[in-house]
Amino acid sequence: MKPSLFPALVALGAVVAVALTLKAPRNPGDYDVVAFSRLPTLVNGRLKPLDTVARTTLLLTQGRQRVTTPDGGSLPPGEWLLDVLYRPKLADTYQTFEIVHPEVLALFNLATTDGAGGKRFSAQQLAGHLGELERQAKLADGTESAIRTPFQRGVVQLRESVILYQRLQNSLNDASSTDFLDRLARFEQALPAGLAATAPRGGANPHGSADAKLLLEMSTVFSSLDSFAYLRTIPSDKPDDPTGWKTAGGAWADSLAQGRIAPAALTFAAIGRAWQLHQPEAFNQAVRSFRASLDTAMPAVMTKCDVEARFNSAQPFYTSASLYVLAFLVAVISWLKWPRELGQVAFVFVSIAFLLSTVGIVTRMWLEARPPVTNLYSSALFVGWGAVALCLVLEYFFRNAIGSVAAGLVGFATLLIAHHLSLGGDTMEMMRAVLDSNFWLATHVVTVTIGYSATFLAGFLALIYVLRGVFTRSLDQATADALTRMVYGIVCFATLFSFVGTVLGGIWADQSWGRFWGWDPKENGALLIVMWNAVILHCRWGGLVKQRGLMALTIFGNTVTAWSWFGVNMLGVGLHSYGFMDSAMWWLVAFVASQLAFIAIAGLPLEVWRSFKAPAART
Amino acid sequence: MKTLLRDLRDFFVSLKLTVALLVFGMLLVFAATLDQTNLGIWGIQQKWFRTFIVWQEVRGISLPIFPGGYFIGGLLLLNLLAAHIARFKFTWRKAGIFLTHLGLILLLVGELLSGLWQEDFHLRLNEGDTKNYAESYRDNEVALTDITDPQFDDVVTIPEALLERHASVQHPKLPFRVVAKAYYPNSLLQMRGPASPPSLATTGLGLEVVAAPQPMTYKTNEANLPSTYVELVAPDASPGTFLLSTGLVAPQRFDYGGRSWKITLRPKRIYEPFSLTLVKFSHDRYAGTDIPKNFSSRIKLTTPDGRDDREVLVYMNNPLRYAGLTFYQAGFENNDRTTILQVVRNPSWLLPYVACAMMTVGLVAQFGIHLVAFVQKRRAKLSVPAVA
Repeated sequence: MKPSLFPALVALGAVVAVALTLKAPRNPGDYDVVAFSRLPTLVNGRLKPLDTVARTTLLLTQGRQRVTTPDGGSLPPGEWLLDVLYRPKLADTYQTFEIVHPEVLALFNLATTDGAGGKRFSAQQLAGHLGELERQAKLADGTESAIRTPFQRGVVQLRESVILYQRLQNSLNDASSTDFLDRLARFEQALPAGLAATAPRGGANPHGSADAKLLLEMSTVFSSLDSFAYLRTIPSDKPDDPTGWKTAGGAWADSLAQGRIAPAALTFAAIGRAWQLHQPEAFNQAVRSFRASLDTAMPAVMTKCDVEARFNSAQPFYTSASLYVLAFLVAVISWLKWPRELGQVAFVFVSIAFLLSTVGIVTRMWLEARPPVTNLYSSALFVGWGAVALCLVLEYFFRNAIGSVAAGLVGFATLLIAHHLSLGGDTMEMMRAVLDSNFWLATHVVTVTIGYSATFLAGFLALIYVLRGVFTRSLDQATADALTRMVYGIVCFATLFSFVGTVLGGIWADQSWGRFWGWDPKENGALLIVMWNAVILHCRWGGLVKQRGLMALTIFGNTVTAWSWFGVNMLGVGLHSYGFMDSAMWWLVAFVASQLAFIAIAGLPLEVWRSFKAPAART
Repeated sequence: MKTLLRDLRDFFVSLKLTVALLVFGMLLVFAATLDQTNLGIWGIQQKWFRTFIVWQEVRGISLPIFPGGYFIGGLLLLNLLAAHIARFKFTWRKAGIFLTHLGLILLLVGELLSGLWQEDFHLRLNEGDTKNYAESYRDNEVALTDITDPQFDDVVTIPEALLERHASVQHPKLPFRVVAKAYYPNSLLQMRGPASPPSLATTGLGLEVVAAPQPMTYKTNEANLPSTYVELVAPDASPGTFLLSTGLVAPQRFDYGGRSWKITLRPKRIYEPFSLTLVKFSHDRYAGTDIPKNFSSRIKLTTPDGRDDREVLVYMNNPLRYAGLTFYQAGFENNDRTTILQVVRNPSWLLPYVACAMMTVGLVAQFGIHLVAFVQKRRAKLSVPAVA
């Protein structure tokens, strides 16, 4: 048979489409917003581009990165950030606060019809009732976070968003005054004379001159900006030491002591003036000369910022997720029609999506200088990645599109989970003291996460067996046997990695806490996965289960793994109560219920299975 | 009789028993994990794992609700041993399985031993302080110190277990008997008022303070405050009954038989053949945040024989192992000027390492054999149509 051109063409098309998403972002107007977005800042202990700050803030406050303006236009995150920093009154009109709880809305006398998309509101709309928000949030503070009602969680989260927004607004500018940058310009000129006037020189009246008065006024503003600012944008003299980075307010306050203004502080004022006065040339000039000075002072930091900003705008995981959905659909159709061609197309889609996720994960590793898994978000990425890698191996051996279907399913599901976890803020966090060990993160965490991947994959393959067998006629004997071998192989793999991962965790615990095993919830979760895999294997070896039984047991592995991955974390939150019913908990409960339902379906008598009741399908 | 023995053997070697025990084990681990929200990590180990039967109080009555860790683990051990003795014939093909299960036996034994032998203490050091002992987290003791000689203290300690049994202790170094009249694992200390009930104490601080028994707490942010009433009985004028409590920090003094004494209830101490001095404690944070980056204690280690006199750095993931004890950075207090080290003695700490290495090698070998067989079979199958 002549190899068909069709899969090759589709592959080419997909590669081109993906390549298009990776090209550098362009400026929408005359301002070089892209270059501005790549300037570094210190936030939460990490040097990152302003672009990351803009995007994570938007994800936190409104659950998406795009901003809609009141006139219906749309702003990229970088421009939104510039408006927040330098045109606070305008930024206040953008509807960037997501409020879904009706009782929280009622605090502000707002209705869903007042908001963009029925749920996004502007700072202006919230402005009149922030005192009440604060009061309600304080009341909610008294309740342990695990047992708060949805309303309480809503007010606490909204307060957090509002404070973050306000801190951002006061990072480079005094948002409460309209002429801060003008006064700053006067301050610049008055500094030498003002300092001379305040210098303690024989009984001269220190507050006599107007310059000195301005200095005094501004110094109070500076210190309040310093304490409130979110961004630390003023570099230290030692480029690689992030501890020295200052807020703009702090740098201005220092100029009073040193008689000399930090060039970066002047730059950010100039950028702000140009943005306020609509002067693109001045804006670009200021950004570029600052950028040039940073390039000489800290080339390594700037390379990382460039790559991170590029990574942000390319959104490789978003593209991967779409490709996984496509691969899943194509692979499912291939079971009904054109199995060879569509099977190849699905395989190509999975491969491209996998490559893209790999690039994304490797980029994150390089940016953080860490192994792939450092927090829950990256574990979701990695669980999906590991499972898809195994699927590619299966598909290579079996070529029956089952690997592609499973890859599409697991790949998409894990990226979806990752997306929801990313709404909590920057996903590249600094590691707390005890976790600050690349050796153990690279060995224990990676191995145990691969164990999760494999256990989930086995469970999803078993799902495919049950669903195809019960609801379609497509599960013939050969496919059923192939699926059984796949599941068995993956369970063996899962047993090995969960066991080794758990053991390495024990060794880490012995190294850092002095006990190999302490019955801590996370340890117990890992242990449960190992034990369940052992149960599956022993049932199989002892002949206690046949194909269907194996599938049912393996599906239950999904619930065990989901519990270990997420359930124990929820338990940790509610250390003193069972009231850990927040939204993620409901998803977990729903997932477990669905898996139990599938197990019940697997238990249906063979006469009900469409694949098995028709004799023709059993050849 | 023979059939009964055979049935018994069949029961103990059966794979069904293995599976059932594994499932029971999972239920045990799951339930114990949930119960941590009530009892804390220490409480559940006693209730669920280090016991043959799990007891649960239901409306004031203690009921057995589940087989405990010793029961399930012990049966699993028996099952493993029996199955290997009765059924297993060694072949190289099964070497992996054999090694894995041997490792598992060692792991279960190791967990039992560390449960029995492992002791945890903590050591609190202010900057500049020197100590040659660590204190227990949970166990307490009554310490009687003869302080007549200012150069030299002679200490007799009485462990908590004896106090709980209301024992009467006679010791050659003590000129009186010590009789425990009451022991409260957790208590509340109150000043005695005119309305207070009569106290057991006849001397010392117990004349002004009274201890009221409280239920034990397992919460991580609360501590138990044990108290006891002990009577010192002598043939002639007895010193009397003292109220002792870990809440009363300073020891109480008294004179008897021409000698001066101190008496106190304190956390159980383990004395070390060396002393540690805290030179400096450091608490590093990430720039601009409160996220801790590292905790470290620079400590001077000295032995009386002068063989060791050096500085060591204890920090996260890097403990000090010395003289059978391991010192971990566990916490800090007092505005970063006091370090808290956890001190662990676990003679069987090496067992899990050996067991896990055996199991890992065993699993890799076993699944490797499977994989190779699978790939070979597949190749053979694929090459058939090519030949035909």
